[in-house]
Amino acid sequence: MSTPTSAPLQSEIPPAREIILTRRFSDRVFRGVVTAGGFVSLVVLGLIALFLASRSIDIFKTFGFHFITGFKWDSGDPDNGIAPVLGIGAMLIGTIVTAVVGLVIALPVSVGMALFLEYYMPIRLKKSLTMVIDLMAAIPSVIFGLWGFFVLMPHAIYWAKLLHKYFGWIPFLDVQAPIFERSPFIAGLVLSIMIIPIVTSISREVFSQVPLDRIQAAYALGATRWTMIKAVVLPFGSSGIAGGAMLGLGRAMGETVAVYLVLNLYFQPNFQVLFSAGGSVASMIVTKFGEAGQLELQGLMAAGLVLFIVTLIINFLSNMIVKRTSRTGN
Amino acid sequence: MSDVMEFEGNKDNISTKAYLEEAVSQPEISSLASVASHHSAPGSQPLGTGLEARGVHAWFGKHHALADVNLDFPAGTVTALIGPSGCGKSTFLRTLNRMHEFIPGAAMAGEVLLDGKDIYEPGTDVTKIRLKVGMVFQKPNPFPSMTIAENVLAGLKLAQLKAVNKDDLLEECLHRAGLWNEVKDRLKAHGGSLSGGQQQRLCIARALAVKPEVLLMDEPCSALDPGSTLKIEETVRQLIESVIVVIVTHNMQQAARVSDYTGFFLSDGGPGQLIETAPTSEIFSRPKDPRTEAYVTGRFG
Ligand SMILES: Nc1ncnc2c1ncn2[C@@H]1O[C@H](COP(=O)(O)OP(=O)(O)OP(=O)(O)O)[C@@H](O)[C@H]1O
Ligand SMILES: [Mg+2]
Repeated sequence: MSTPTSAPLQSEIPPAREIILTRRFSDRVFRGVVTAGGFVSLVVLGLIALFLASRSIDIFKTFGFHFITGFKWDSGDPDNGIAPVLGIGAMLIGTIVTAVVGLVIALPVSVGMALFLEYYMPIRLKKSLTMVIDLMAAIPSVIFGLWGFFVLMPHAIYWAKLLHKYFGWIPFLDVQAPIFERSPFIAGLVLSIMIIPIVTSISREVFSQVPLDRIQAAYALGATRWTMIKAVVLPFGSSGIAGGAMLGLGRAMGETVAVYLVLNLYFQPNFQVLFSAGGSVASMIVTKFGEAGQLELQGLMAAGLVLFIVTLIINFLSNMIVKRTSRTGN
Repeated sequence: MSDVMEFEGNKDNISTKAYLEEAVSQPEISSLASVASHHSAPGSQPLGTGLEARGVHAWFGKHHALADVNLDFPAGTVTALIGPSGCGKSTFLRTLNRMHEFIPGAAMAGEVLLDGKDIYEPGTDVTKIRLKVGMVFQKPNPFPSMTIAENVLAGLKLAQLKAVNKDDLLEECLHRAGLWNEVKDRLKAHGGSLSGGQQQRLCIARALAVKPEVLLMDEPCSALDPGSTLKIEETVRQLIESVIVVIVTHNMQQAARVSDYTGFFLSDGGPGQLIETAPTSEIFSRPKDPRTEAYVTGRFG
């Protein structure tokens, strides 16, 4: 029983009404089309996952969790009684290492470029430069790979040596042997150039949406352009930058051909980014696909499934980061 | 139109160091510790000779928005600017702290003298001008990513100034803006968590924290309830001890309540003009121009 004062009150509160919205016919058609579109993409995604899963189920049955954590990839030799061992642990680690190297290089460059385009560039030049950057995103990745191999690598080896000479005391900038070509560092450089356009254009898009009244409030308080950017633009844009960075990370992790050309695949985990040994699930799949036997082919399918899931997780995380930062940022 | 100034995009000539040195040597910085009540002490802050607009014109591209405005803002006074919508009040206000030039294609002519020096003179540090001539906008615009305290002190960071004692400055400015009692227990809350009226007073506190000589207010109460409006008007009256206030308002009673002088703007199709300026009581009791009388009595505009 409730207290006498609240009892009559409760009886006066009516039950919540059901609110029914009758949609117009055109609305319903549009809704149907849009829903169908969204559904189709979900179905396609699910089918891909199903296909990969059905093809690789045997692998997980045979190798279990070792397929993900194991470092050895050996298709075995039945004639001599050597059992196959398949594990993509080193490739997974390598994928993350190269993608992170790429992102660490790309992020400051992209944000700087976006700020420059939005706040320092004369308007006439801004349009054409924005177009050039967007065009960069459309260059096929094999071109980046070839360019990376023939043009960038000779220079990058020199930079790597410099980095090693002065910062070699930092563990991940050390090398176990002075071999600098086809390293995660060089692959990361090529990746960074591939993802700079997308991160830049997303950041620029966000920066262009900073509310004018906040910018004016800052200037009216005697701000210089740079202090205004620090106080207003960057806090506002942080969620967008994070989202762009995660998209870039996803793209870098899935990149195949360019990395294949400039990275030395090596089935051992290697955190020394300047050393010529690295891994990449996607590149491994292309490398092995041509001469893979029955079992190995299934292994590659399984690797594809793992990459697919990791990319999904990254996308999911990026969504969460964007949501979280946009809540605190504004 | 030979002496029209064309603003050339965004020019940065920052030398806040000079300002810093100058500011530190001035006595009012060391007296920041004083709270609102101390400000009623006469002569607690040295007043400049004031602000003066001479022959000010303004354009937006080809559109001539404002013609030949001559207006004095003596030290220790509040001036209200009134007039129908679109007559150029905001435009005029924004020429007084060089915010006008942010609009692409904007141009101006004439002079704006602050303590006898033209703020449009080549080689003038714009950021320094905007520090001396602060602004409160029509729509409250606190920085949403900052706390209340950070908002008040944002100007120090933005203009790269140093305060002797930030806590005292914070308290003093919030007192002067009439907000201290409402927020003293939640200084770490976000600026956006305040009500609209509180946000506007927060913006006033923020403008005061950099110790402006002039405070420009563009319809600061138009989005507020009567209670908040009265509080802000009280604040404005208290500010005149140390700050010259210029306030644009559509509210005749407000102009009558807060201002010492009133300027009436009007645009009859062409550019906006200053029709009449006089002590506020005269504008409302015996205006010289019939158009002013028509407007203040509500028969027009
Ligand atoms: N950014 C702009 N670009 C072009 N023209 C503008 C711009 N801002 C204002 N104007 C024009 O300048 C004239 C004066 O505008 P202003 O905003 O100064 O009027 P106001 O007196 O402040 O009006 P209100 O009382 O409605 O705020 C108007 O004709 C307006 O159309
Ligand atoms: Mg206006």
